[in-house]
Amino acid sequence: MSKLDSKIPGGPLKDKWKNHKDHMNLVAPNNRDKIDIIVVGTGLAGGSAAATLAEQGYNVKAFCYQDSPRRAHSIAAQGGINAAKNYQGDGDSTYRLFYDTIKGGDYRAREANVYRLAEVSANIIDQCVSQGVPFGRDYGGQLDNRSFGGVQVKRTFYAKGQTGQQLLLGAYSSLSRQIGKGRVQMFNRHEMLELVIVDGKARGIIARNLVTGEIERHSAHAVVIASGGYGNVYFLSTNAMGSNVSAAWKIHKKGAYFANPCYVQIHPTCIPVHGTQQSKLTLMSESLRNSGRIWVPKKIEDSVAIREGKLRPENIKEEDRDYYLERRYPAFGNLVPRDVASRAGKERCDAGFGIENNETKEGVYLDFSTEIMKKGKESAIEKHIHNPTEQQIYDLGKAWIEEKYGNLFVMYEKITADDPYKTPMKIYPAVHYTMGGVWVDYNLQSTIPGCFVVGEANFSDHGANRLGASALMQGLADGYFVLPYTIADYLSADIRTGQIPTNSPEFDAAEKEIKDKVNFFVNNKGTHSVDYFHKQLGHIMWNKVGMGRTPEGLREAIVEIDEVKKNFWKDVKVMGETEGMNTELEKAFRVADFIELGQLMAIDALHRNESCGGHFREDHATPEGEAERDDVNFKYVGAWEYQGDDIKHEVLHKEDLIYDNIEVKARSYK
Amino acid sequence: MSAKKGLHLTLKIWRQKNTKTKGQFETYKISDVSTDSSFLEMLDILNENLINDGKEPIAFDHDCREGICGMCSLYINGRAHGPDTGITTCQLHMRMFKDGETIVIEPWRSAAFPVIKDLMVDRSAFDRVMAAGGFISVNTSGNTLDANAIPVPKEDADKAMDAAACIGCGACVATCKNGSAMLFVGAKVSQYALLPQGRVEATRRVLNMVKAMDDEGFGNCSNTGACEVECPKGISLENIARMNREYMAAYADRG
Repeated sequence: MSKLDSKIPGGPLKDKWKNHKDHMNLVAPNNRDKIDIIVVGTGLAGGSAAATLAEQGYNVKAFCYQDSPRRAHSIAAQGGINAAKNYQGDGDSTYRLFYDTIKGGDYRAREANVYRLAEVSANIIDQCVSQGVPFGRDYGGQLDNRSFGGVQVKRTFYAKGQTGQQLLLGAYSSLSRQIGKGRVQMFNRHEMLELVIVDGKARGIIARNLVTGEIERHSAHAVVIASGGYGNVYFLSTNAMGSNVSAAWKIHKKGAYFANPCYVQIHPTCIPVHGTQQSKLTLMSESLRNSGRIWVPKKIEDSVAIREGKLRPENIKEEDRDYYLERRYPAFGNLVPRDVASRAGKERCDAGFGIENNETKEGVYLDFSTEIMKKGKESAIEKHIHNPTEQQIYDLGKAWIEEKYGNLFVMYEKITADDPYKTPMKIYPAVHYTMGGVWVDYNLQSTIPGCFVVGEANFSDHGANRLGASALMQGLADGYFVLPYTIADYLSADIRTGQIPTNSPEFDAAEKEIKDKVNFFVNNKGTHSVDYFHKQLGHIMWNKVGMGRTPEGLREAIVEIDEVKKNFWKDVKVMGETEGMNTELEKAFRVADFIELGQLMAIDALHRNESCGGHFREDHATPEGEAERDDVNFKYVGAWEYQGDDIKHEVLHKEDLIYDNIEVKARSYK
Repeated sequence: MSAKKGLHLTLKIWRQKNTKTKGQFETYKISDVSTDSSFLEMLDILNENLINDGKEPIAFDHDCREGICGMCSLYINGRAHGPDTGITTCQLHMRMFKDGETIVIEPWRSAAFPVIKDLMVDRSAFDRVMAAGGFISVNTSGNTLDANAIPVPKEDADKAMDAAACIGCGACVATCKNGSAMLFVGAKVSQYALLPQGRVEATRRVLNMVKAMDDEGFGNCSNTGACEVECPKGISLENIARMNREYMAAYADRG
C-alpha cells in the first residue's frame, strides 16, 4: 500500500493555508518545553526553523557539519529572493508569483504548496528587514527590486550580490539569540549518520562528532531534516565541498520516499571547467543576465580562432555575433528560465561554436558592453553632462555596473585572470540545485511519522525546474512560517510522552551499524582514495545523467554505477584513525551515499519517458529542440521506496498532480 | 588549456595531531600544479599523493570554495589567506606563485583559536560573541510591519551592507599582533548601528558583545590596521571606530 497521502487541505486554493492553520492542533506554550526537536542542517531552512521553534518554547538541538551555522551553503546564493510585494507596481501578485513558479517548474510541482509559498513570500521580506538584513534600497529609502529569469516583473529583493549571505546571517543571528538564551543546543562539526525509529516514529539520530570522532546518540520527539541538496553527486557542481545527501539518504533507507531524484538544475551562468585538477565550479549570479547579453560567434571560424587564441571577442563585430537567446526567445530574451538558457548554450557548443580554449570547447560569452554604454548614457543625463565623450560614458556605465555587481566581477577576475569589464565573461552551465528530494506531504512530513524535511532537501515546491530567487524563498518560508505550524499538529500528541530514552535497543542497533562502518572504512586495505571513486561517479553522472539524457546512456549509467559501488566497497582506502578529526572518513560516508543516490537518479531518469525542466530526454524533443513534456502519462511525482541494498529493486509510487486553478500548457518563452 | 607548464613546489606545512599535542613543520614536494588551479586544489592534489603513498592527508578547513562561507583559513608565506589582497584562500590561484618556490603554510595562530588538527582551528569563539548580542531581538513569527514602513537612507543601507559583508573567517584575528577581534565585532555592531531597526537595543548589544569578546581572550586594538589590509571582504577600520563610539556612549549610558 502506498503511503502517499499529500494531505492537501480542502477549500479554494487561496484559503487552503489559512483554513489549515485554523484547524490544526496546537501545543500550548506551557507544554512546549516538554518536547525536544532535532534539526539537522542550519542553512536558511534549518537555521530559521531551529530559531523559530526555540522561540516558540520547544527544546531544540541543531546540528551542522561546518564549524559554525553561519557557513551553511545558503550563504553562497547571490542574486536575490522573490516576493510578491508589487512594490514596483508592475502587475505582480500572489497569483502571478504562484503561476510563474508552477509554469517555470514545468507543471511538476504541487499546486497547494506553491500557492502557500507565494502567499507567505511577502512576509519573508518584512521579517528579514526587521531582523536587520540590509537589502538594496533606492534613494527614497524604499526597497529596490530586480528581475530574474522566467518572469516579466521585478519582484526580486537583493543585498548586492550576497543575498543568500545576508539572509543566512539574518537566520543565524536569530539562531544565535536562541543559543545565547540556552533555548537551542548547537552541535557544530557534527554529522548525522543515522535516523533512529522507535515504534514507527522518528525519535532520534546517531551523529558523529567530527572533532573527537565520538559516535553520539541524540533523542527527540521529532526530527527535522534540512540538509540541502545532492548536487555533489556529480563531483563538480556549484555546491559547497562538504554539502552532501547523507541525512536525506539515511532517512530514505529507513522508509522515507525519495521523490523525483532525476530533477537537477543545471545553472546556465557558471565559470567553465578549466582542467582536470578542478575541484569545484563557481556560479556567476543569474542576476547578471539582467545586464549581460549572451552570445557566441555567428561564424564557426571565429569560434575556432577564439579558441586558438588568435581572436579576441571584443574584436568580433556586432553583426557577427549570435545573441542566440534573444534570437530564439524574443519575449524573454536573456532572461529565459535556467533550463532553457542552459540547453540553448549546450546546443551552440555542441554545434561547435563554444569559445573556451581547452579540450572541452565549451563556454559562451556573457557580455556587458551594451549595458555599460546604455547605463553610462543614462547616468550622463542624470548628472547633466552634455555631450559626454565615449570614455566618460564608459566610465559612468562601468561605475553603475560596479555598484550593482562589483563583487561578482572581482570574483570572476580572481578565478579566471580576465577583466570582465573589458572582455566578456565566459560562462557555461553547471550542476547547481536539486529539485528532487525527500517526498513530503503538505505538512512537510515525510512518509516516516515525526520526520519532517524542509528546504532543498524536500521535493515539493520547484517541480522539474527552479526559477531563480525561489530557493531562498522556499528555505525561509519552510523554516520561519510553515514548519513551526505543521510540526505542532504532529507534536500535540506527544505532550505526555516524556523524554525519549537513548538506551533503547533501537539506539543500540543504529549505533552499532555506524560503528561497524567506521571500523570497516579505517581498516579496509584498499588502493584508491575516496575522491577517486567520487570522480568516477561524477564522470558517469555528468555524461549520462547530465544535461541531455538518452535511454541507452541511462541504462549504461546504471550498470557503470553498480561497478563503481562494488569497487568502492572493495577497494577504498581511508587513511587515519577512528578517533579525532578524519576528513577522509567523513568523505567516505558521504560518497557511499552519493553512489547509491546516483544510481537512483539514473533509474528515475530512465523511467520518466518525457522531457521536463531540468530533465531533458533527447528522445523527447520538438523539431526545434525544445523539451517535449508528456502530461498524459507523466503528470505525477515519482516517489521511490527503498527495498534493501540493491537500488534497482526500489518501488515507484506516484502522486498525481492535479491542477485545478491553472491551465496546464506547453511552456513557451518565445 | 593549451599545454601550460605545471609548477614544481616545495611546501612546508604545519602538522599537528590535535589540540593537546605539539606540532611541527613537515616538508613536501609537489609537481605539475596547473597555474589555473586554486591553492586549495593544490592541497587536494598533495593529499591525493599522500593517500597514494599511504600517509595521512593534511586536514584543512574549506567548504564553498567561492570566497563566501569563510571556512577556509591558512597563513601562507606569513600572510593570512596568502599573497594577494581582498580574497579568501579558496580564491587564491597558483598563478600567484613561481615555479620552484617554497611555500610555508600554517594555521591561524591566536590564543582564542586553538588548533584542532594540522591547519584547522576552532573559531567557535566568534559564535559565542554573536550569541551574546549579534542580533536584533525580533521574533521570527512574521508578525512584523511592512518592510517599506522602515525607510532607510540608501547611503546608510549601503554602509550597513558593507559592514555586514564580513564572512567571519578570522583573518583579522590571525593577522593582528594582539589577536584582536575588533574588526569582526565592529562590523556586526556597525551593521545594526547604521539601521533604524537596530537602535532600540544598541546599548545592550555593544556592551554584551565587547564583554564576550574580552572573555574569549581576544586582544585589544592598537590601530595598526593589519586586519583591514588582510580582510578578504574589505571591512574598513571605520567599523572599529564606530564600535568604540557606540561602546563609549553605551558605557556612559549604562546607568
